[in-house]
Amino acid sequence: MLTLTSPVETPLHRLPAGAKLAGLAVFTLGLFQISNLWVLAGLALALAALQLSFGRRFASHALRMLKPLWPFVLVLALWHLWTGALADGAFLVLRMGLAVAAANLVTMTTRLSDMLSVFEMLARPLSPLLPPRRLAMAFALVIRFIPNLAERMALLAQAHRARSARRPGWRLVVPAALAALDAADQAAEALRARGGAD
Amino acid sequence: MERSLTHIALFAALIAVLGLVPQITLGAGVPITAQTLGVMLCGTVLGARRGALAVLLFMALVAAGLPLLSGGRGGIGVFTQPSAGYFIGFPFAAFVAGWVMERTTLPVGIAAGAASVIGGIAVLYIFGISGMAIVLGKTLSEAAMLGMAFLPGDVIKVVLAGLVTQAIAQARPGSLLSRPQTLPVSAFN
Repeated sequence: MLTLTSPVETPLHRLPAGAKLAGLAVFTLGLFQISNLWVLAGLALALAALQLSFGRRFASHALRMLKPLWPFVLVLALWHLWTGALADGAFLVLRMGLAVAAANLVTMTTRLSDMLSVFEMLARPLSPLLPPRRLAMAFALVIRFIPNLAERMALLAQAHRARSARRPGWRLVVPAALAALDAADQAAEALRARGGAD
Repeated sequence: MERSLTHIALFAALIAVLGLVPQITLGAGVPITAQTLGVMLCGTVLGARRGALAVLLFMALVAAGLPLLSGGRGGIGVFTQPSAGYFIGFPFAAFVAGWVMERTTLPVGIAAGAASVIGGIAVLYIFGISGMAIVLGKTLSEAAMLGMAFLPGDVIKVVLAGLVTQAIAQARPGSLLSRPQTLPVSAFN
């Protein structure tokens, strides 16, 4: 399965994932303390320059990952054109963009397995409730079964199209949920037959 | 115990796969996806605890960098986007929906619909609207106005959650873990 990690190797890829996440937390909390538009604009320029310094391919990947924000940028733009407080609008757009772009930078420079190891480490205090091996098994099961379920959904959609001219849409949800429940029962039996999940 | 684990994992995968269902765009250009339907189903089918755990598992994989949110979104940035409140509210929505489901004796379909209204709309909107208010720098009532754009789509999903849960209860009565079982199955035992 494709992850959001950038294939372009950067120096940031070599930093430990935990340190990057801690840095991001500090950055984001700090970001919400800033009240000056020009400080934000400076930060945005610095972040853009950093991403451009990793090459065009990396920068355009970073830009694509900001795309889901545009409806909100549109809403803010219309809102602040209406109220006339344009500087406030620019401030909010910049802050939102910076918060998301910084987080995306961490995602793009950290491998999925490293990120999951950090999560498993963070969950360690919960180990009496949630044994670490069971958590790792759960991650593995989900990653294994997403393509499997997606394939079944595609087959169900094809079967529906063979019978009907209408789009399958939500009609797939019941058979997909049943497929998930059946797969869960089969996987449980298979795990038990191999000595359990722990 | 294995059955709990695999149900949680498979429903986490189901939420992801439902995000791939092509989204329908409502009149005003607001996209509706089946992903929150998956969150509601986690509660109504798996119950409070397992439902919330399934959602948390899905969220961990999204945050870790799998592009599983509808529209191919993912990564740690989902926590800082304007829609972060909805994302953070997912496990609470599933928990409350499951909790309601476990405690009512109404027929399955109606119970699932009611549980989805309370968990998937009331609880989720509290989180979602607060999140938009913070990130977009608006008051709660202004953010609530924006949030209402999603209401028609969510009402459709509540009806679907009821119908789907009903259909599951008929097809696999033993798999509806949110309702009392003939054989006791408890999470993580």
